[in-house]
Amino acid sequence: MTSIDVSSSMRSTTPIVGSQAGTAGNLDEKVSVRGVDFYYGDNRALKSISVPLYDRRVTAFIGPSGCGKSTLLRILNRIYDLYPNQRAEGEVLLDGENILNPGQDLNLLRARVGMVFQKPTPFPMSIYENIAFGIRLYESLSKADLDGRVESALKRAALWNEVKDKLSQNGLSLSGGQQQRLCIARTVAVRPEVILLDEPCSALDPISTAKIEELIDELKSDYTIAIVTHNMQQAARVSDRTAFMYLGELVEFDTTSKMFTSPVDQRTQDYITGRFG
Amino acid sequence: MTLYARRRAANGIVMSLSLGATVVGLGWLVLVLGALLWNGFGSLSLAVFTEMTPPPGAQGGLLNPIIGSLMMSAVAVAIGTPIGILAGTYMAEYGRYSYLTSVVRFINDILLSAPSIVIGLFIYEVVVRPLGHFSGIAGSLALAVLVIPVVVRTTEDMLLTVPRELREAATALGLPRSHVIANVSYRAARAGIITGILLAIARISGETAPLLFTALNNQFFSTDMTAPLSSLPVVIFQFAMSPYPDWQKLAWAGALIITFAVLALSISARALAATRNTQ
Ligand SMILES: Nc1ncnc2c1ncn2[C@@H]1O[C@H](COP(=O)(O)OP(=O)(O)OP(=O)(O)O)[C@@H](O)[C@H]1O
Ligand SMILES: [Mg+2]
Repeated sequence: MTSIDVSSSMRSTTPIVGSQAGTAGNLDEKVSVRGVDFYYGDNRALKSISVPLYDRRVTAFIGPSGCGKSTLLRILNRIYDLYPNQRAEGEVLLDGENILNPGQDLNLLRARVGMVFQKPTPFPMSIYENIAFGIRLYESLSKADLDGRVESALKRAALWNEVKDKLSQNGLSLSGGQQQRLCIARTVAVRPEVILLDEPCSALDPISTAKIEELIDELKSDYTIAIVTHNMQQAARVSDRTAFMYLGELVEFDTTSKMFTSPVDQRTQDYITGRFG
Repeated sequence: MTLYARRRAANGIVMSLSLGATVVGLGWLVLVLGALLWNGFGSLSLAVFTEMTPPPGAQGGLLNPIIGSLMMSAVAVAIGTPIGILAGTYMAEYGRYSYLTSVVRFINDILLSAPSIVIGLFIYEVVVRPLGHFSGIAGSLALAVLVIPVVVRTTEDMLLTVPRELREAATALGLPRSHVIANVSYRAARAGIITGILLAIARISGETAPLLFTALNNQFFSTDMTAPLSSLPVVIFQFAMSPYPDWQKLAWAGALIITFAVLALSISARALAATRNTQ
């Protein structure tokens, strides 16, 4: 089995990593987070986190508000680098290479690790441009090829039928749920390897949510996905692995079925059964 | 008196005072505009736009100062806008957290409220004296120095209102910073930045002091930027102070033209700001 390195001596409790967590078909670790600490200025928001993201699997991150789920995702594409007083320590391996290295090309990394945010963030341009814009930066395609890529990205995000007649309209004119699917399409269009979803459905109605969940299910055949959610049913429905975080620590990580049926840690159990959080 | 009645009375007094202050303030404005419209329209004719400034006692118009003002404002905007936008972009995007930005912002705010006559004298010292003569280009430079702080300020403010999430989302696609700024931040802030430029033009179009020391005036038609150049504010100043009724009439006409130009700019700026808010 793939082992998880829990080397930090600073922690009082070692996370519980289910013995089943990495078996089932000898999964590859696409991303390995190893002993990562994160600081907002002097405030340590993550304490020695270690967790794998398996290739072509969905990993859900759950935990009460403020426990550090978003912070962890924001390390994986180093978006935190935009802010000078935020820093991460430890190792995050993407295909075996530490992306926290100072020499890491950040634009290249972000092209490989896409991210969808909680709030839909369409760019102030047409629906077509919202998607074509990112592709053009990395590939010079003919108009026909570009059209094809835009179409297939929109189809993947289950948005094509709703927007195919108004591709030149502003992306801001779509509904919230459509905007969020546009953002997913935009992320998929640049063909990343890993997709990070930070509460992608929290602003959406049940129908849009169901569409996005279907989409995640479909996308996982090609991508490694990490999703943060406050919705236990959603975590149970879409993920293969679940990680429970609490106060900046990773408490437990295991297969989703194990986590939701027989979690080992008392805190995991309390959270999943709704006793706190 | 009950507490409630007292509060009502206090409310009534404050309300009347505020209303009175508003009426006094607006009253002056109405009087000024009324005088301007009355005298200005009375003096306006086609000749104002087609003929040169006349010698005292002769017929004429304001063609040379209108052309001079347009030319100097255009050059001032052409010089000041790129500098202002680039500086504002640095402050809001690249150097948002740097010490330099706070320093530049502080200095820019001083420049923003600096008396324009000081700027006129400055350009007089560094451009007019070394060259040995007044010139349109010196006038443009003085006006450009007035344009820069306005554009810096509005550009920075407007870029700062672009939501953090939008910038993060663009960055998360792997876009280099320059692309994020050019394609996302500028687009989101475009209306606001253009509004700032319009306001800067409105600000310089009535300035007299900086031009007196730089472009001076020219009685004859000229489009030579290296020679003294006529401008509406300076001509208004000269003609309004003169004892000749013909000149005074032309001064009213010039004042009306400037007022309408500024009004048109302000309305466009408002309209643009409104489109921004409805997005
Ligand atoms: N920009 C920031 N500056 C300083 N502290 C921050 C910042 N963002 C988050 N934190 C702190 O880091 C901790 C983790 O925050 P994070 O946003 O990762 O939590 P979360 O698990 O995503 O919560 P939620 O479920 O509410 O989104 C919190 O205690 C929070 O106060
Ligand atoms: Mg969060």
